[in-house]
Amino acid sequence: MALLQIAEPGESTAPHQHRLAVGIDLGTTNSLVATVRSGLTVVLNDELGRSLLPSVVHYAADGSVEVGYEPQSRQSADPKNTIVSVKRFMGRGRNDIAHVESLPYDFVDAPGMVRLRTVAGVKSPVEVSAEILKALRARAESALGGELVGAVITVPAYFDDAQRQATKDAAKLAGINVLRLLNEPTAAAIAYGLDNAAEGIYAVYDLGGGTFDISILRLSKGVFEVLAAGGDSALGGDDFDHRIFCWVIEQSKLRPLSSGDARLLLTRAREAKEYLTCHSEAPITARLSTGEMVDLTLTTAIFNEITQTLVAKTIQPIKKALRDAGLSATEVKGVVMVGGATRMPQIQRAVGEFFRQEPLTNLDPDKVVALGAATQANLLAGNRAAGDDWLLLDVIPLSLGLETMGGLVEKVIPRNSTIPAARAQEFTTFKDGQTAMAIHVVQGERELVDDCRSLARFELRGIPPMVAGAARIRVTFQVDADGLLSVAAREQTSGVEASVTVKPSYGLSDDEIAGMLKDSMAHAKDDAFRRALKEAQVEAQRLIEAVQAALHGDGELLSDEERGRIDKAITQLQAAALGENRRQITLAMDDLEAETKDFAARRMDKSIRRAFAGRTVDEVEKATTGGSQA
Amino acid sequence: MDFNADHFALMGLPRVFRIDAAALDARYRELQAEVHPDRFAHAADAERRLSLQWATKANEAYQTLKKPLPRARYLLHLLGHDIGAENNTAMPVDFLMEQMEWREGVAEARAARDHHELEHLHHRLRERMKASYAELAALIDDAGDHATAADRVRRLMFLEKLLAEIDEAIAAVEE
Repeated sequence: MALLQIAEPGESTAPHQHRLAVGIDLGTTNSLVATVRSGLTVVLNDELGRSLLPSVVHYAADGSVEVGYEPQSRQSADPKNTIVSVKRFMGRGRNDIAHVESLPYDFVDAPGMVRLRTVAGVKSPVEVSAEILKALRARAESALGGELVGAVITVPAYFDDAQRQATKDAAKLAGINVLRLLNEPTAAAIAYGLDNAAEGIYAVYDLGGGTFDISILRLSKGVFEVLAAGGDSALGGDDFDHRIFCWVIEQSKLRPLSSGDARLLLTRAREAKEYLTCHSEAPITARLSTGEMVDLTLTTAIFNEITQTLVAKTIQPIKKALRDAGLSATEVKGVVMVGGATRMPQIQRAVGEFFRQEPLTNLDPDKVVALGAATQANLLAGNRAAGDDWLLLDVIPLSLGLETMGGLVEKVIPRNSTIPAARAQEFTTFKDGQTAMAIHVVQGERELVDDCRSLARFELRGIPPMVAGAARIRVTFQVDADGLLSVAAREQTSGVEASVTVKPSYGLSDDEIAGMLKDSMAHAKDDAFRRALKEAQVEAQRLIEAVQAALHGDGELLSDEERGRIDKAITQLQAAALGENRRQITLAMDDLEAETKDFAARRMDKSIRRAFAGRTVDEVEKATTGGSQA
Repeated sequence: MDFNADHFALMGLPRVFRIDAAALDARYRELQAEVHPDRFAHAADAERRLSLQWATKANEAYQTLKKPLPRARYLLHLLGHDIGAENNTAMPVDFLMEQMEWREGVAEARAARDHHELEHLHHRLRERMKASYAELAALIDDAGDHATAADRVRRLMFLEKLLAEIDEAIAAVEE
């Protein structure tokens, strides 16, 4: 008799077949890529042994692109075409960007997201981020010796829908299959929690180059449950540099600077900030293009004074997050520090004083997010090993709502709701014979629409004419496990429908992405047709593997006839995937999806039953019918 | 398990107000461990969609049952007593008077930035609500007086809103 093999759902059929998956920390200042190799989570270095990749992209006139240390070191030579901290522009309009006047770029205020005019053409922040992701992907594929199945990409917990969507679009552009968008503090909590077998309430204080997050989590028996998240998506280490920069200008009474000089002084400011981490004063010297000399000494006392409002700005969101979680500071067992900016002594002191305990700094604050993401990627790709049965329950950071009469916001899904989440709300018409209704989706905590971020507008048309108040329009919000929203509207009496994945106003349209893909391929002298075919073949392979894993685990849920039909659909898809007809592959995939639809439902049912395991059916039945005999 | 099963059935709990909170927590985690989208990240589309739907449903059920007010509203709805908050707001005058007094107290303390007084109001209201929830539990689970219970739920909706306002005032004073 053959040994019975038990495969959990989500587990690969061939356990020895390791799928290559990585975690990517796409940071404002630096980015990293990490993976799980032979059971160990490691950051992947470049050929010179460096783990960080500066998030700096340079565009040259001949269209060539450079990413990392090279463009970083030469940034003041060509500031206009050297994009740093592009993460601050993701999903943002020109008016949203802080200190926009002191930035050396040639901004183009496109609808939705700002663009940058470079010598190589107008670039979207999504395209610039895609260059960083491509560099990381290349680093990973050369280190691991194969193509990636997918990646977990981290985003600040406080990123809104537009910023998340922009990040996902960038990955798509870089040819990366996104297994999940993961919140940065949550990733850090995974790395820390699994490493230390931590249990209890933990706070993660994450101050990166351009974003600040605070997350409160409960760690218990392998469950990472985010209770509340807060932050400021436009506050980070860069702002501390900027304060020093302003101080230098004021002290030296400098005339308006050229963009090259501004970049030079910002670099000096950053160096001084880093120097003050272990010294009590830092020299700042520079010779500007005008011949002016800067020669100053920045003491810790002055640095603390000019940045104290920034430090205080991070304490407010902590209080709010604790209140949302219904906890006090004393109930927090440990505070995990994440992000390079938490190295600043005044930050550690302020956080320590607030929580009345030494913050935890035993994990490298630059690497912890990437390591956590890699662990999650390994699990999501199906490389589960014994003991890997932990579960992550995350939340949305900002409330989602709709505009109602008078420019007010009706909240549909409140902040800190565990995702995935859905909620439906009913509205009605306010005029007789009204046949259309405008739906305006917003995100934020304020009561007025104008104070919240506009995510999308769409219209439900074709409502049959009725008297005012008779139509019943049901608007459904669904937030998926990536924290991304889709909205559908339906008039209940007539069944008229409209739906939208929230993209248009702050993200990029699918056409724009397709256009960018085409441009980037034309550039790489790649063949668009080849690439599309290749993608379809990879997709087909992924589907076949998924179905085979399911058959292996739960084949007994099928009748012989059903099994035969599924096997046939697999064979057909396999044959199609060998050919060059992309349409045929897509059709064969649709067929296989259709044949396995019922099977999927039965498998899910089995999973849910398993959750009842340990109780008798009787008990459950009793519980279910209890109280309803009245 | 039927996708249309009610929240109590999904969480394996009897339909009562006084639930076993630890059992709810445990059951929720067991359920998410099976259906969460992270378990289906590389599965075929159909399974991923189902996983999204079930995980969403599990979250909704958990959120509804975890907190006493939504739990009571939901339970009374199952028992045939809809709260109908919008259409049935006529409250007794003495209750409304008391509400106005509370609100004036909060407004005054907020204007005076009196953190201590706001904290005091918060705790007094908390005590008051604790007693109301105990009464509600007895009305639903022991007496089976659902009509009176529905009235108490409506009052508690006012009190929860008031509590949120006090907390917001505390936050505003702290800033």
